[in-house]
Amino acid sequence: MNKKAFLIDITECVGCGACYEACKEQNNLPETSDDPLKDSLSDKTYTIVEQRGDYFVRNMCKHCEYPTCVSVCPVGAFTKTEIGAVIYDESKCLGCRYCMQACPFQIPRYEWGSLKPRVQKCIMCYDRVKEGNLPACAEACPTGATLFGDRDEMIALAKQKIAEEPEKYYSHIYGLEEVGGTSVLYLSPVPFEELGFNTKLPATALPNFTHEALSKIPTLVTVGGVLLTGFYWLTNRKNEIAKEKYSSQQKQRGEE
Amino acid sequence: MNSNIERLLKPTFWKVVATIIIILGLYTIYLRFTGGLAAVTNLSDHFPWGLWIGFDILCGVGMAAGGFTLCAVVYIFNIKKFKPIIRPTILTAFLGYLLVIFALLIDLGRPWAIWHAIIMWNPNSVMFEVAWCVMLYTTVLFLEFSPVILERFKAERLLKIIRGITIPLVVLGILLSTLHQSSLGALYLIAPTKMHPLWYSTNLPWFFYLSAIGVGCAMIIFESYLSAKAFKKNLEFELVSEVGRWIIVVMSAYLTWRFMDLLLNDKLNLLFEKSFETLLFWLEIIIGVIVPVILLSKQKIRLNRVGLFVSACFVIGGFLLNRLNVSVTSLQSTTIVSYFPSVYEIIITLFIVTLGVVIFNLAVQYLPVFEKSKETIPIEFEILTDEDFKTEAAK
Repeated sequence: MNKKAFLIDITECVGCGACYEACKEQNNLPETSDDPLKDSLSDKTYTIVEQRGDYFVRNMCKHCEYPTCVSVCPVGAFTKTEIGAVIYDESKCLGCRYCMQACPFQIPRYEWGSLKPRVQKCIMCYDRVKEGNLPACAEACPTGATLFGDRDEMIALAKQKIAEEPEKYYSHIYGLEEVGGTSVLYLSPVPFEELGFNTKLPATALPNFTHEALSKIPTLVTVGGVLLTGFYWLTNRKNEIAKEKYSSQQKQRGEE
Repeated sequence: MNSNIERLLKPTFWKVVATIIIILGLYTIYLRFTGGLAAVTNLSDHFPWGLWIGFDILCGVGMAAGGFTLCAVVYIFNIKKFKPIIRPTILTAFLGYLLVIFALLIDLGRPWAIWHAIIMWNPNSVMFEVAWCVMLYTTVLFLEFSPVILERFKAERLLKIIRGITIPLVVLGILLSTLHQSSLGALYLIAPTKMHPLWYSTNLPWFFYLSAIGVGCAMIIFESYLSAKAFKKNLEFELVSEVGRWIIVVMSAYLTWRFMDLLLNDKLNLLFEKSFETLLFWLEIIIGVIVPVILLSKQKIRLNRVGLFVSACFVIGGFLLNRLNVSVTSLQSTTIVSYFPSVYEIIITLFIVTLGVVIFNLAVQYLPVFEKSKETIPIEFEILTDEDFKTEAAK
């Protein structure tokens, strides 16, 4: 199956909250707010719609192409699946929360009050999509603000939209290149920073930053090991020579 | 034996304080494991790592760095005169690591799964590296410290085996420490967009490594001063004073590198901003590096017990501030919530420090930590230069 992606067209979103309700129902999440527009992401809410000025913006896991959470988890509790969804396996998790610390979009949420806490976030309705269905939120969206399909097609569609109506769209697809690309692509009528998006994210995937440090380990261990042992041998040898010299001198003196 | 127990139970000010902290700590642990992390911490989705990671883990590991530094000096560089202070230093490191693991068990959401890193591998993760370093180095420290216990119980055969592998153990210990100290800094490499630019640097692993060596030396001074007071053990002051000289070298290199790093990344302007972060940055640098380096470079201060001790305290203070700056201050600037540790978080931190002091105390009283080691390896032969021989001969 091809890699999937969401295309979220902010110009089309009317803030009805259908995606929010559908997500709650699909994932058996309890009600947390009467007004979908007033809620925030939590361990019981995987997606939200926020009003930013005149526009409505959805927020949820971006399912990065090179996910930071997948790279930082010491026990591999996160997986980037073949369809592009980033999913979580609670049976592996040890609760270090490095995923939360590292996520550039501040998405993972934690069950702080639980004695068996889990990391919670959108999983792109993995089971539904695997069987060829749409994620619950995309299916529920009445205006076409949330579209879902193959990532390539979604990118092509976004580019086409910008090309056809350049006055309607700000000329940037958010998520195409940010942190190496994500599976949630946004189109906006105004510059993204005006809607509260983090526009300072690098185009390189964040795991590269730690990979560089980690890749030095084998060299460090081998070269370091050899150097230390060598140094030990040298200083020890020097000591032994000193010892010999010392005792021979003592002997000489004794003879004198 | 009776008089021993009587002495132990005799209430003094510090014993009362320690007892109170331990009771409060145990109560907090009870709350933590009945109500979850939410019941005791101010941690939140926007601030998932707080005081326990910043202090108990980052500082705890750093302050244990004296162990591998001194091991390198004594065994690899063969400067044997430092041998008398090696045992208390290794004890500190070993205790430090045990307490770090203990703190981790409180902080982890699912502590019973801590062993997962042994079989579930993700070599791309710095945390994976950290986990392995903690496991392996704690084992190495245990083995390095074991002669003290074996001597106490006169297990001669085991003692012989351990002594036979001293050098491989030391080499392994130095390598693991190097990896571990630096990897704690590498943990933060993944968050370039979340950290304040005064602290984010691709050189963070090196900064963590160098400052750990500096604080490790400071801890040697700190402890030997207190041990000298508490146990009336006259620890070789000249040796400890020389450790003060190492601090000058290490911390000067550290200081130069940090400013070079700011210069090369065009961040020097941040040093003159009127912001909370800039203030804390200067505080960290002045307290932890500039002041102690100036103090220690004056021979009069370095050769003065109190002067040396105060200088070490500066280094330690600045180090603690640095780790908290990296783990809390620098992340505070980009998150929407503000974090300040809860009373319970502070209690647990105090609890862990207290445990360390109490166990160190007991170990020193009941194990031959300060006693002259009865090792058979000859250590009397200093490295003599040809000059020395000439002067000897001239006499």
